[in-house]
Amino acid sequence: MDFPVSHLALAVGFGLVLIGLWGLLSHRNILRIIISFSLVDTGIHIVLVATGYVTGATAPILDDTMGPGEAALNAVDPIPSALVVTAIVIGFSVTAIMLAYAIRLYKAKGTLSIDAFTESKW
Amino acid sequence: MRRQIFNAIVVALFGVIFAGIVCAYDERQFLRPLAEFYVTQTPLELGLPNIVTGILITWRGFDTLGEVAVLFMVAASVGLLLRPAPAPTGQLLARPPARSSGEIVETGAATLLPLIFLFGAYVIANGHLSAGGGFQGGAIVASGVVLLLLARPLTTLPLGALAITESLAGVLYVSLGLLGVFFAGGFLDSRFLPAGEFGAFVSAGAIPAISILLGVKVGAELSVIVDRFRA
Repeated sequence: MDFPVSHLALAVGFGLVLIGLWGLLSHRNILRIIISFSLVDTGIHIVLVATGYVTGATAPILDDTMGPGEAALNAVDPIPSALVVTAIVIGFSVTAIMLAYAIRLYKAKGTLSIDAFTESKW
Repeated sequence: MRRQIFNAIVVALFGVIFAGIVCAYDERQFLRPLAEFYVTQTPLELGLPNIVTGILITWRGFDTLGEVAVLFMVAASVGLLLRPAPAPTGQLLARPPARSSGEIVETGAATLLPLIFLFGAYVIANGHLSAGGGFQGGAIVASGVVLLLLARPLTTLPLGALAITESLAGVLYVSLGLLGVFFAGGFLDSRFLPAGEFGAFVSAGAIPAISILLGVKVGAELSVIVDRFRA
């Protein structure tokens, strides 16, 4: 049996998502919640890239050893990789906005504990 | 305690779902039709070895334009959220002097910064030939800026110049896209320049130019975002 590359990567990615979920639910500090969001983000990126893997294939970059003719048989799916480049940038943007809001919240209440912000709690 | 048990149950249930997905997943043996189209047509039509760059810049160029717009909006809104409160006059110099960041970080920054910027430029300029591209290289350049700000906390970035550079790069990027409308197949089509020799540094139409513009824009934009958090 071949080394289960896809399954290993999927398990690692989903594992990161679970760690991030646990952090989201159990921490009360806003900065830790933001870190948990980043973990979920990274885990999903790994899962997405893992779904593009084709057994025994290599990076979709042509060179001397992989000409245009063989590429269709030997390259992994390039679409998830391209999507993940986009997703990383969006993840960075979301994190930056969350951190900016965390700074504003700290200025407003002098604390980063989510328990102090009860106005919008129903 | 009750909350922890509840959290554990939620995470465990998600774990069951994910375990089901992982166990049921069959590794792909061949490419999907769309991926096969990209892999076979990118070298032929665009003259480009790096297929991911081809998807990002030409096939799905519009998405990349949207992504650049998102980055721009983030820079603008972070600036809005973190704008310094109007300090009463005379308070401007009241900031405590920043602590020195230490011998190791300062020396390390002096040694590594040129290399980091050089590597960023290399990744940007080689995006069409090997792994890399505008976004990746721009992020490397911005990480160099972070190191600079850590090592010398009193550095002031030339924010005006960065803003002008970034806007110019954006305008040029859209203009290159418009050239594609008039001289090639459509908006952001990079084939209005000759494809050139496959695998050469100057090849693949307008893709290297677009890649460099993206790199400049992303690098400047991320540096500005990072700088805003110092205020």
